[in-house]
Amino acid sequence: MSKSVQKRIFFVPVAAFLLLVVFLWRGLYLDPTELPSVLIDKPMPEFSMTTVENQPVGNVDLPEQVFLLNVWGSYCLPCLVEHPTLMRLSEEGEFPVVGVNYKDRRQLALDWLERNGNPFAYSILDEEGRFGIDLGVYGAPETFLVDGEGVIRYRHVGVLDESVWRDVFAPAIDELRDPDPRP
Amino acid sequence: MIFPRILLLPVLLLLVAPAGLAQVDAFAFENDEQQQRFRRLSNEFRCPMCQNANLTGSTGGVAEDLRREIHRMILAGSTDTEIEQFMFERYGDFIFYRPRLRPDTMLLWFGPVLFLLLGGWVGWRILRQAGSREKKALAAELDAGKQEKLRRLLDDE
Repeated sequence: MSKSVQKRIFFVPVAAFLLLVVFLWRGLYLDPTELPSVLIDKPMPEFSMTTVENQPVGNVDLPEQVFLLNVWGSYCLPCLVEHPTLMRLSEEGEFPVVGVNYKDRRQLALDWLERNGNPFAYSILDEEGRFGIDLGVYGAPETFLVDGEGVIRYRHVGVLDESVWRDVFAPAIDELRDPDPRP
Repeated sequence: MIFPRILLLPVLLLLVAPAGLAQVDAFAFENDEQQQRFRRLSNEFRCPMCQNANLTGSTGGVAEDLRREIHRMILAGSTDTEIEQFMFERYGDFIFYRPRLRPDTMLLWFGPVLFLLLGGWVGWRILRQAGSREKKALAAELDAGKQEKLRRLLDDE
């Protein structure tokens, strides 16, 4: 009996080592900065605020179609990087882009829009970052995909450039429109 | 103009006071109990922006906002559970340094115990095996002794 047990026990450290290798190997390719949003498939939080142009704005003013909610700030350099993509989307007009001016100052926001162009249907002014907390935002830029019923369907953290649009947003929108493409 | 340099020490110590403490103390509370709850909560929540920093230790903008929110909620009379729920609804499990006990966090909570038991079992098997080997060797020795006795008995005849 002892021979076979001895042989089997010899494999325990080897198996443990292989298990460790699998875990660490996987760990190499995980993104620890990924913070999944808990708001997916939840309705937009209630809000009653003003736009950067000082117009009152609330949930009823949200577009009744698929739209993007883009969190931006005049201090935010990556926002300039994604700006051309937002401008293109705005010009094409298929998807309205609603802005959330996050932890910024009204005048700085207005100057930024004047200087770079305004891709937003309107921008909700969130100087304190309080609305950002309700959205689970932790820094600009972030972009939410919201469906026609006002339900958040996807959240992207970081720059929304053409490649992110093509690889992530376009397929997500296709799926929203036609959840089951097979006949 | 000889100045005892040692007198500068308290001043220097003031300069290096931890930035985190300074931030926490910037909020005014009605009593010590509120202040302590605030400290404990800001220490327990993780900053969503800065990996591996709690709300107390983080200078990130969102950490500042969340500290302000905790302060507001404490003054408004929210319980700790309510504040925890508020954070969870917005930032999910990520916000907790101590994850909640749920089916999908079981492995996280009890994994170490599991591995300890596994290690103990392997160790026990190895020890038992070594023990049985020793016993066999002893048995073989006894056999040799008996045979010797037997041989002597036979020789005497």
